[in-house]
Amino acid sequence: MKRRDFLKAAALTGLVTTFKLTDGMDLMAQKTAKKAVKTGGTSGTDLVAVMGGEPAQMFQKAIAELGGIGKYVKKGQTVCIKPNIGWDKTPELASNTNPDLVGEIVRQCIAAGASEVVVFDNSCDDWRKAYKNSGIEAAVTAAGGKMLPAKEVTYYRDITLPQGVKLKTAKVHQAILDSDVWINVPVLKNHEGALMTISMKNHMGIVWDRGFFHRNDLQQCIADICTLNKPAVLHVVDAYRVMKTNGPRGRSVSDVANSKALFVSADIVAVDTAATKFFGQLVDMPLESVKHISLAQDHHLGTMDLSKLKVKKINI
Amino acid sequence: MILKRLRLALGIISLLILTFLFVDFAGLLPAQKVPLADIQFVPALLALSFGTVTALLLLTLLFGRIYCSVLCPMGLFQDLTGRVALLFKKKKKRKYSYSPEKRWLRYGTLVAVLGTYIAGWSVLLSVLEPYSAFGRMVTHLLRPIYMAGNNLIAGVFNHFGNFSFYHTEIFLLSTSSLVVALITFVFIGYLAWRYGRTFCNTLCPVGTILGFVSRFSMFRFKVHEESCNHCGICARNCKASCIDSKSETVDNSRCVTCFNCTTVCTKKAIRYEFSWKKSAPATTISEDDSVASRRRFLATIGVTMLAASSQVWAKGMHLGTNKPWIRKSPLSPPGSHSAAHLNAHCTACHLCVAQCPSKILKPSFLEYGVEGMMQPIMDFSHGFCNYDCTLCTEVCPNGALKKLTVDQKHATQMGYVKFIKSNCVVFTDETFCGACSEHCPTQAVSMVPYKGDLTIPQLNTAICVGCGGCEYVCPAKPAKAIYVEGNPVHRKAEQFVDTNKKEVKVESFGF
Repeated sequence: MKRRDFLKAAALTGLVTTFKLTDGMDLMAQKTAKKAVKTGGTSGTDLVAVMGGEPAQMFQKAIAELGGIGKYVKKGQTVCIKPNIGWDKTPELASNTNPDLVGEIVRQCIAAGASEVVVFDNSCDDWRKAYKNSGIEAAVTAAGGKMLPAKEVTYYRDITLPQGVKLKTAKVHQAILDSDVWINVPVLKNHEGALMTISMKNHMGIVWDRGFFHRNDLQQCIADICTLNKPAVLHVVDAYRVMKTNGPRGRSVSDVANSKALFVSADIVAVDTAATKFFGQLVDMPLESVKHISLAQDHHLGTMDLSKLKVKKINI
Repeated sequence: MILKRLRLALGIISLLILTFLFVDFAGLLPAQKVPLADIQFVPALLALSFGTVTALLLLTLLFGRIYCSVLCPMGLFQDLTGRVALLFKKKKKRKYSYSPEKRWLRYGTLVAVLGTYIAGWSVLLSVLEPYSAFGRMVTHLLRPIYMAGNNLIAGVFNHFGNFSFYHTEIFLLSTSSLVVALITFVFIGYLAWRYGRTFCNTLCPVGTILGFVSRFSMFRFKVHEESCNHCGICARNCKASCIDSKSETVDNSRCVTCFNCTTVCTKKAIRYEFSWKKSAPATTISEDDSVASRRRFLATIGVTMLAASSQVWAKGMHLGTNKPWIRKSPLSPPGSHSAAHLNAHCTACHLCVAQCPSKILKPSFLEYGVEGMMQPIMDFSHGFCNYDCTLCTEVCPNGALKKLTVDQKHATQMGYVKFIKSNCVVFTDETFCGACSEHCPTQAVSMVPYKGDLTIPQLNTAICVGCGGCEYVCPAKPAKAIYVEGNPVHRKAEQFVDTNKKEVKVESFGF
């Protein structure tokens, strides 16, 4: 290859990779994805709550109850899994999603025929340390998934949120936009600012500029980002260890309760409602205080009235 | 021949490793495990590693300035520049020539460096100290190029689904240090391109000290009259310009033991040999050139100072509609104990700056005063100090940042948190936030009930370590509502007390 040809090729590749997709293209991509979601889960059960088992075991029970992972992930699809990997902390401190749970979900997606499973979070601490010390990198890699970097703006693309009240545009990680389906896997924690961090708050890790949220009515922005035209097909709330105080970072194991629970639903409002009620048994937390949950209900993203849903409770 | 090859091999290894340490933003090579920076002369001296200093002096006393030929990265950079110059020079110009020692300039510079250092100004030492000057060149000039190259490769690889490379943010660390690095690069690079090791033999304080020793070294170079035919090939190949083929003398104080002369001499008239049996040959000094050279040197330093001081800006100040604040004391890095300790031991090599995984260490401008210019300072505009990270204290070769264990770091307060309620979004907008408390590792910033369900920050400065998580993440604009004030002398951070020790049992789902 001539030097000139090589340089041309390199320049072209550079151009192609930095080329930004337009909003129109994104909307098209999201629409097709949404269709896939809607034809996805039509199981009788809306929400599954499990208690008393190990993380992977509880997920196995829950997903079986919902009709199996195959309802959500089709053969050949690319899957993105978004756990909470915010902090450079070990699993015992419950700052991040349980690595065994994330590993199990990756394993099941691949077993269901997913062509690729990618995992990322826009960490607060140094992402390389957070990925490693959370145990998630090792668990994901062992299960056949791939960790993606997320700590640089080039990995994000602009999207519009037509329904957003305060948040009308955002930069969202390309893995969320490019994957066929994505699964939201938050950890249940107390949050000194937003009061609770569950499925909705976990969306802050898919966006680039979190400062905007904090500057412009945090609770409203959290609800707004959930109107993303490509919702997660499932929300899997890890409550195996729950940070009850000093969240979302926590200081020591004394902040953690070993509650051994798991909540799974496609309804983001319902699953956050259920998890908050569960959390309320550890520390007083009135549901009305956690404003983003009711604001999301106002966006018609789901229901806070669990009596309207078919809820399955499993004690192991 | 063998000695030259050995010199080349060792030199290439040193240069590659030391360069990589300064560009390696991804932490691929653990700098704390590669002791090449720790055996540099001035860093070892300032770290009070008397073993290393003695070893280097002894090495020089026995074999000459081996340090300059295989260990000093600035020397190796000059050799590389000279070699590249060969490719561009016409055949006739590919030669060095003898020039007399500029003794006044050499010793004058050394005296100036020592004098200012003793007077508390380490900045001149920092500017001329070869390892640190090299470190700055790489950190400020090469590192951004390396990162841009990485991003280009990452772009291509990521496009095809391979994420073993990842994008990294490139930003200007410090204008003043960039200018100093650029001047160093152009000035020393020019001298190396035209004249070889002129810097080492006129300005470098380490070169002068080691040269004083190598004058008397056990092994040194000598021209044997009986074999010499005065062809002058040795002088033409001497990058130290220290062989006078007319008078058949070698100025061993300036010789950097490159073995080029012994390799090119066809008569084997110049030899590297045991020399303690004879008296050391006297060196001749010419006064003529020294004045012009000294002027050039002073002019350069003058320009450096001017260029740097033209960059004077207000420090750490934010202007805008909400209440601005000014950091009164600079935030000296972990392990520095105090700004004074840092100022006395740091030569601003910027290894800590290059290695900091959180990108919070940057070269200071005038925060420590002119005397401490370019020494590292904590800046929370691109990140905050990782609670459990002690990397900078492990890589510092000067002992300016003393090694800390994680527990020792947790018990050290580098600075303490300050809160300006009138800037806080909870106060101004009456909306939820808590970003500061969210990032606080000790809950020195905790959220307490405010109006309705709102919570607002409350401080407990005694347990604050000064990591800057709160300052970095505070969303208030343009001036932040929370920041860290520096401790001129680091204090002890109190341990936080766990309040929620009781185990809570849950038996039902709660709904």
